[in-house]
Amino acid sequence: MATASYLGAAILFVLSLGGLSNPETSRRGNLYGIIGMAIAVLATIFGPRVTPEGYAWIAGAMAVGAVIGLYAARVVQMTQMPELVALMHSLVGLAAMLVGFANYIDPAAAGTYRGAEQTIHEIEIYIGVLIGAVTFSGSVIAFGKLSAKISGKPVLLPGRHWLNLAGLIVVIWFGWRFIGANAAAEGMMPLVVMTVIALAFGVHMVMAIGGADMPVVVSMLNSYSGWAAAATGFMLDNDLLIVTGALVGSSGAILSYIMCRAMNRNFISVIAGGFGTEGGAPARAAGAGGKENEPAGEVVSVQAAEAAELLREAKNVIIVPGYGMAVAQAQHTVYEITKELREKGVNVRFGIHPVAGRMPGHMNVLLAEARVPYDIVFEMDELNEDFPETDVAMVIGANDIVNPAAQDDPGSPIAGMPVLEVWKARTSIVMKRSMASGYAGVDNPLFYKDNNRMLFGDAKKMLDEVLVALKG
Amino acid sequence: MPQVIGVPKETAADEKRVATVPEIVERLIKLGFKVVVQSGAGDPANFSDDTYRAAGAAIADTAAAVWAASDIVFKVRAPSAEEVALMRDGGTSFTTLVSFIWPAQNPELLKALAAKKATVLAMDSVPRISRAQKLDALSSMANIAGYRAVIEAAHHFGRFFTGQITAAGKVPPARVFVIGAGVAGLAAIGAASGLGAIVRANDTRPEVGDQVKSMGGEFVPVDYQEEGAGAGGYARVMSEGFLKAQAGVFAREAKDADIIITTALIPGKPAPKLITAGMVKSMKPGSVIVDLAAEQGGNCELTVPHQVAVQHGVTIIGYSDLPSRLARQSSTLYATNLFRLAEELCKTKDGIINVDMEDEVIRGTTVVKEGSVTWPPPAPRLSAAPPAAAKAAAPAATAKKGQGHGEAAAPKSAGMMTILFAVAAVAFWFIGANAPATFLNHFTVFVLACFVGYMVVWNVTPALHTPLMSVTNAISSIIAIGALVQVAPPVADVDAASDRPEAWILGLVVVALALTSINMFGGFAVTRRMLQMFRK
Repeated sequence: MATASYLGAAILFVLSLGGLSNPETSRRGNLYGIIGMAIAVLATIFGPRVTPEGYAWIAGAMAVGAVIGLYAARVVQMTQMPELVALMHSLVGLAAMLVGFANYIDPAAAGTYRGAEQTIHEIEIYIGVLIGAVTFSGSVIAFGKLSAKISGKPVLLPGRHWLNLAGLIVVIWFGWRFIGANAAAEGMMPLVVMTVIALAFGVHMVMAIGGADMPVVVSMLNSYSGWAAAATGFMLDNDLLIVTGALVGSSGAILSYIMCRAMNRNFISVIAGGFGTEGGAPARAAGAGGKENEPAGEVVSVQAAEAAELLREAKNVIIVPGYGMAVAQAQHTVYEITKELREKGVNVRFGIHPVAGRMPGHMNVLLAEARVPYDIVFEMDELNEDFPETDVAMVIGANDIVNPAAQDDPGSPIAGMPVLEVWKARTSIVMKRSMASGYAGVDNPLFYKDNNRMLFGDAKKMLDEVLVALKG
Repeated sequence: MPQVIGVPKETAADEKRVATVPEIVERLIKLGFKVVVQSGAGDPANFSDDTYRAAGAAIADTAAAVWAASDIVFKVRAPSAEEVALMRDGGTSFTTLVSFIWPAQNPELLKALAAKKATVLAMDSVPRISRAQKLDALSSMANIAGYRAVIEAAHHFGRFFTGQITAAGKVPPARVFVIGAGVAGLAAIGAASGLGAIVRANDTRPEVGDQVKSMGGEFVPVDYQEEGAGAGGYARVMSEGFLKAQAGVFAREAKDADIIITTALIPGKPAPKLITAGMVKSMKPGSVIVDLAAEQGGNCELTVPHQVAVQHGVTIIGYSDLPSRLARQSSTLYATNLFRLAEELCKTKDGIINVDMEDEVIRGTTVVKEGSVTWPPPAPRLSAAPPAAAKAAAPAATAKKGQGHGEAAAPKSAGMMTILFAVAAVAFWFIGANAPATFLNHFTVFVLACFVGYMVVWNVTPALHTPLMSVTNAISSIIAIGALVQVAPPVADVDAASDRPEAWILGLVVVALALTSINMFGGFAVTRRMLQMFRK
């Protein structure tokens, strides 16, 4: 009975992910996920592995969790989604850790294993706790960085690769001791030491990663939380956990890969930290030697009224949103402007860079929240060729993803990264708080182009002014 | 050193088109090229030398001068023997020729061009895929031919197209029957219905019915079950039973129709004879047939290619130069097609072309590459190819993940793939040889699940990546089950119950359960909230 339910749940989870291939079917996909989860949980509770004595505890714990979870889901701002997701990953990691410990100290769970089976079981516990701990501490740090409680700048300890390597060796050595231990009490020490190292490693790893690489980190942690669940499944001999964990894990891995490709970065170099380990030094060198490389030309700044004028006279407009729009919570004003322009017969489209924002698909969610119809929101590849026929390209709070240096300057740290070619439009308007460079720390020659106009100020305030000017 | 594009005057009799127009000259120069036009090349299409000069082109007096000066020659018609003789003699400065070639019909021409060590791109061989539509000169010429066919018909037809009721009497609308609803057929339907005629159309491919309707025509199906769509969007040869049923439909339509326009072509084959002499006889005197397939032998038995013939009182127009009769329009469209091709050839915008045989479009178009004949091209890559490549990459990626790393699944080069496969195989062998059966079962499930996840997630649209993350996050709270089974396991399991640290275990798993519940409920709720916002 329980096995059949688990199979059903696993199928529902696959359908749930499959449903997300299209916005039309996505709601059903979420529903499949909910049903699958309900089946799995109920089948377990009323299955042979749980006796009625536990019901009260289960009900209590789940009720507390449900209240907190539903409350958080209701109040969270769409701009805070990355933080929420990171925080939730940390919960999965912590839970995996706790379950691993509980399983280890439970003699009933370990009692039936002998010989190689026991060794494998212990390795499973060890790895499960390890992944759980890394996921937990890494996600907490990612949450801190995303919510600006911790600086987004990469923190690079000297010899950090050696530190990691030393940590790894210690973990392996204690793992060996852990397997060799005869009693639970004896194995506890290696397990705790390893947990501490894993926690430190998680902190260290995410601290070293810059703010612009956050989409990779968030999806990577997503992947880790899946692997943690899979490892727990191995530990408990539970196929449903293995299947589900593997699904989530590969989903996160694919997302990380897509994000890396969108930044033309190697996955390893993102994880190894900083803005590109191999590019770290050249980036600084370019910054220091930047005087002679400095883009020539003049920065032309305009007022909101002129920007509105440009938009009104345009036939084709492409809006390129970035993290700045999320920070300023300007998506609703953007939609108002879009509506106004579309009523005037202007063809307005949105161009989304895969790594715009702080997590995969961040911009799409914000625009959806502001009720922008998803059929005018395009991916970079879908409309990059249309910029030459575009009258106005409006960049809202984005920098590196529209930097022509990625194409023109092979020495640039972001060289080769795919970018939106806004400078090919007849006019580009860049909305920005200042001339400061983006996360990559690279100057943007776009600002100095003849056909570019800068609109300095907070995105929300400026867009409000543009909207007023458009209506007036 | 930018390359020179030369445009000689067309030498074929009655050819009025020219391969570039002043507006396009400007854009070619922006791409970095220099342009030379033979004096008078544009005259038949009403583009004077002065307008070319104003656009930035140099004017050469003779064809020989153009051919000698040009690295690239743009032409409309396939070159004549004399023109081939004018081409450069290979070596370091070979000529790249872009024009209609019809390689299947002109094998000798192909040989002659190869002997000149030339590179030749045939505008009639552009692959019929979406990306190449902007260079599809056949379509742009067919569009013009379809329009002009209606105009020619109107010219020879003794009545109005539109029905009118005037003080001088009632005029019935003309009835037009179009055979073949390809680009030319659809253009003819549009033009004829625009003039007010009643238009009916037939095609062997029933799925074009909607397109016919959208142009203002009425679709006349042949009542016989057979699929008529062939490769590359063209029609194909049909079975005998179908042909009989089709002939019946045509005979019926011919009796009613005032004007018949035929556009049926099958690639590489003579045009099918669809309108018999008997059908022509049955038509009303004064009716008109325009046979757009005249050059390939004609769809009507009585067609005289290149001529207007009157048979049984019916005017049969067999012109094969309809696009040329609208020279200014067809030159402009053709020049734009050529410009798009130049863009594809010169992605660097520095005026140097690169005939990249890796590019599917350019590979298909190129019929001679530096002296060696490359026609016919390999079969077009079907859209099924990318998934196949993804599949090839998947096992490697899965194998990697099988070892518990969260690394990205990057499609790797062949060498890397081999190594990965080897490593994965050794790893699997090691596990298989040493691990107990239960573990192996779980491991199999795990690897398969990774694989399924890989397949499913690639289908997720990028717009939904955030909901994907939050829903997978919610799903990963399945770890709750791990906590549930430890809350209060059946006593029978607990043979060592005496030293089981109950309180500790209960404490740990209840906290874990609460944490995962936050995730479970919060994750699904927030996903739901997000997805509800996505709307059209």
